[in-house]
Amino acid sequence: MKRIDGRKADELRELEIEAGVLRNATGSARVRMGRTIAVAGVYGPREMFPRRLQKNEKATVQVRYTMAPFSTDERVRPGRSRRSQEISMVAANALEAAVFTEDFPKASIDVFVDIIQADAGTRTAAINAAAVALADAGVPMRDMICSVAIGKIDGTYVVDLAGKEEDASVCDFPVSYMPNLKKVTHMQMDGNITKKDMEEMMKLVVKTCEKIHKAQKEALEKRWLK
Amino acid sequence: MRVQDDFVRKLASEGKRIDGRKMDETRPIEIISRPIEKAEGSALVRIGDTQVIAGVKLSVAEPYSDRPDEGSLMAGAEFSPIASPDFEPGPPNAESIELARVIDRGIRESGAIDVKKLCIKKGEKVWMVSVDINILDNHGNLLDASALAASAALANTVFPALDKDGKVDFYAPKTKTKLPIAFKPVACTFYKVGDKMLLDPTRDEEHAATARITITTRDDGNVAAIQKGGIEGLTEEEIMYAAETSIKKGKDIRKLIK
Repeated sequence: MKRIDGRKADELRELEIEAGVLRNATGSARVRMGRTIAVAGVYGPREMFPRRLQKNEKATVQVRYTMAPFSTDERVRPGRSRRSQEISMVAANALEAAVFTEDFPKASIDVFVDIIQADAGTRTAAINAAAVALADAGVPMRDMICSVAIGKIDGTYVVDLAGKEEDASVCDFPVSYMPNLKKVTHMQMDGNITKKDMEEMMKLVVKTCEKIHKAQKEALEKRWLK
Repeated sequence: MRVQDDFVRKLASEGKRIDGRKMDETRPIEIISRPIEKAEGSALVRIGDTQVIAGVKLSVAEPYSDRPDEGSLMAGAEFSPIASPDFEPGPPNAESIELARVIDRGIRESGAIDVKKLCIKKGEKVWMVSVDINILDNHGNLLDASALAASAALANTVFPALDKDGKVDFYAPKTKTKLPIAFKPVACTFYKVGDKMLLDPTRDEEHAATARITITTRDDGNVAAIQKGGIEGLTEEEIMYAAETSIKKGKDIRKLIK
């Protein structure tokens, strides 16, 4: 099986992470996975409005995922779509699991992610960027969150689906994972797979997330230690 | 009333600025050409800490019936909440609409793009050019940063390939044919603080100001568009000073567009 960009089956796309790319945001990060580019900015913890949404015992992690109109081949209509609202929600859940929200009752931690170029795997790039941005903002966290999509093309499991691979794969299986606590905080799947497939793909998720975790740590070290 | 406002005004009255610049001095400007491969043209512009990205998409559309041989151009701006704690998610507000309109006028109504050259087949098919501005980090003077990003993105825009049905072929590489542009508009914005006109204001300077004027100039040194904002009036001298400085500074800034 040959991949469209010549990668090995278990190879990530070129992964580039930079922390602290925006000055206004409390924390920020840019993640490039091949041709997919996500910019994340974190504001907060800050007071949550409207007040009726405040939770007395903990903070809420809110995510707003948006695609720039010029990010894809065919122009995307600006504004919120059903797709972007769903991704925002699953990303918020994926991230909140790692945050000590109980330290900030009633507060809101707002995470904005702009996809400035999309070439498959935007939600995983968004979550990877958001996790680094949260850490960059100094939000106390239990663990990092690493996210990757696995697929299966011509009987081979492939890591980090790119571009048209998404159509060729029998499934799209994005997973977000806390590498130290070994917990999955987000998982979605479209396609047709067996239980055996799931086991094999989970192994790949764990292995690949180690690589992503290393890159995320390096980006934060570069920003804060050197 | 903020403390900074008084401070900015006091400094201005002495001919000084918070960051030590001269009244007619811009912050360092950087243009990164084509950061978005998928767009037909794109540019990331940094003016000081302000960061703006513009992307151009070309699509095939039917012409308007009253202008059968003209393509169309549209500019939009998104004040993404990523860019500032003051921006809130939601439908475009008046400021983002004004920003998009000023850019739209600077490009379209000024004739920077000859829409007649965007005709593929009279009455049937024309190119539609969409310029979208995404603001990433707002530290003042979004107007100039956005206009410059739009100008730089249009200058590096190439046509996509068409398939045999005359639709955009996303699977083929883009052509090498550049979008024909007549000139590269460059906007210069001045904010009036006290009785001084400040070029390229920061957010604190914008906040302390009472009026604003944006002057967009062409390659030949003529003025292509003007937009006055804010409540206070400007004198003729102030307006002419802004025009003269825009022409002079615009020439230097235009050299940065590759």
